[in-house]
Amino acid sequence: MSARRPGYQLAGRIARHALLAVSATFALLPFVWMISLSLKPPDEIFQPDFHLWPKTFQGVENYRVALTAAPMLRFLLNGVFVCATIFVLQLMVCVPCAYALAKLRFRGRDTLFSAVLVGLLLPPQALAIPHFVLLYGFGLLDTYAALILPWIISAFGIFLLRQFFRSIPDEIIHAARLDGLGEFEIIWRIMMPMSAPALAAFGVFSVVAHWNDLFWPLIAVRAEDISTPALGILLFRDDEAGQFLGPLMAGATIIVAPLLLAFLLAQRRFIDGLATTAMK
Amino acid sequence: MAEIELRGIEKRYGETPILKGVSLKIKDGEFLTLVGPSGCGKSTLLRIISGLEDQDAGEVSVGGRPVDGARPKDRDVAMVFQSYALYPHLTVFDNIALPLRTRQLSFVQRLPLIGPLVPGRAGIERSIRVEVEQAAVMLDVAQLLHRKPGELSGGQRQRVALGRAMVRRPTVFLMDEPLSNLDARLRVQMRTEITSLHRRLGVTFVYVTHDQSEAMTMANRVAVMMAGELLQVGPPEELYRDPQDLRVAEMIGSPKINIVTRAHWTDNRSVLSAALAPQTRRLAFRPEAAVLTTPADELPNGTVTTLENLGSDIFVHVALRDGPETVVVRTAPDERRFSLGCTVGLKINAARLMQFDEAGRRCGDIERVAA
Repeated sequence: MSARRPGYQLAGRIARHALLAVSATFALLPFVWMISLSLKPPDEIFQPDFHLWPKTFQGVENYRVALTAAPMLRFLLNGVFVCATIFVLQLMVCVPCAYALAKLRFRGRDTLFSAVLVGLLLPPQALAIPHFVLLYGFGLLDTYAALILPWIISAFGIFLLRQFFRSIPDEIIHAARLDGLGEFEIIWRIMMPMSAPALAAFGVFSVVAHWNDLFWPLIAVRAEDISTPALGILLFRDDEAGQFLGPLMAGATIIVAPLLLAFLLAQRRFIDGLATTAMK
Repeated sequence: MAEIELRGIEKRYGETPILKGVSLKIKDGEFLTLVGPSGCGKSTLLRIISGLEDQDAGEVSVGGRPVDGARPKDRDVAMVFQSYALYPHLTVFDNIALPLRTRQLSFVQRLPLIGPLVPGRAGIERSIRVEVEQAAVMLDVAQLLHRKPGELSGGQRQRVALGRAMVRRPTVFLMDEPLSNLDARLRVQMRTEITSLHRRLGVTFVYVTHDQSEAMTMANRVAVMMAGELLQVGPPEELYRDPQDLRVAEMIGSPKINIVTRAHWTDNRSVLSAALAPQTRRLAFRPEAAVLTTPADELPNGTVTTLENLGSDIFVHVALRDGPETVVVRTAPDERRFSLGCTVGLKINAARLMQFDEAGRRCGDIERVAA
């Protein structure tokens, strides 16, 4: 039918792309604005008329301030360390849990899985106070541990991987058991390589969430030298914010850049992972 | 050696009984097929032998040694699956080598990164390479060793799965419908390859299938299973000629055995009624146990409804006048031809007429009474 009416098809495609372009513009506008502001001098930022490109280019100055006024490099390294540790620990917890929930038979499995689903519904903010009190009790506030420990059990990760593991046929696991692999070796040698797309998707979710997280670091951490990037950027937001808006935006750009790069590199796998989990 | 003995195996899933006390002895080096309709418990029985599932009651011993509770890898059994169950992320070589590596390399030697540095590993890897290559040559997949399973055809995957199973020289081979994902021609070819593999290896094969022709052509002995019970175990020709249960008679043989209800056969058919036992309810005979003749009063008569010409044989379907049944009779192409719609008489070889009672059990055997 569509082959007989090429005009219809073309119109449909144009409409689709127009719709996508509009929504993409809305999503991208804040980023464009951020980059634009990060290149402007203060007086130009508050002018009533808006130019995408600054009349007097103050990008170099803004980025220099952003990098020197606060230990930006330190924040970035903290961010990398915290996000990487969280992700590795999350995998160490989620993968065996997801495997057990997807492939092992034991009493109470379905109840446990329901508990995971309930965990998905809980907003992390609801747990902030209990976490804070616990960390205070153990004397861990204001340490890397305070940034990492509350996140190592991810209900979302368990759920996502469990769904993916379920799509792997049981016969493969039976074959592995007959071939002499233990359960942890099955996870490491069979399940993990076979679910690389799902692991990549989960990795992107996890890293993005924790790289951008401001809420929890703000509660758990005061010391500048263990601040994550999002927390560090707050240091620019002084009372005289107007003076520092340019460098602030430059700092924000610096923080977002690694994520954007990582996403572009892993884009294909990310989408594959989401698509396969959603379809099966 | 590697005879398998099952004693009173029971298994239930929730409230549903899957196996109801199965006892079976499989001799060392035997090729036994378990045949039955899907859902009869034959795959469950195979998984219980392999240790992938635990039975609720009964004992399994392999090679005279009880293996109940032993893990699959400690039972010296290998298994080939219907879906082949190859590891998609490993090459053919690594797929076949995996069972050798897990058995021959120590825990430390198998660790990623550190493993290759441990002394002794290189030597073991060399001997593994030799064994994998031998298996690959035997199964004609030597040129595929560097490929991934996704790049292979169904038949090639099947051979790789066989290679992975045989490379560690198990004493028992378990096969769970290994050919049902192949197309018809390849299936027939793989049948002969598997039987010749059995002859070369000389180990015990237990082969699960729902296809009676696979069961009949490949096995030394066939075990017919239905609804969680073994109905009859014996050589293929015995099951065909001498089924002890109507369900076995129906399952074995193609085209299916002819079954007629006794009540429909009136008493003037003196040939039959004289020899029938009183409890006989149904009569059965194979398509080749009857010949078609001109209709006569003392014979069961009927009308030809269908002719199936296979070239070597012609199967004539006859709708009986004395009842609702249609029977199939094999005729040779050079015999007298019958055309559609003509009336024929049925002359049944009385020695090959089987009688079954109300419950479907064999009874009142003519030849046995005579003997």
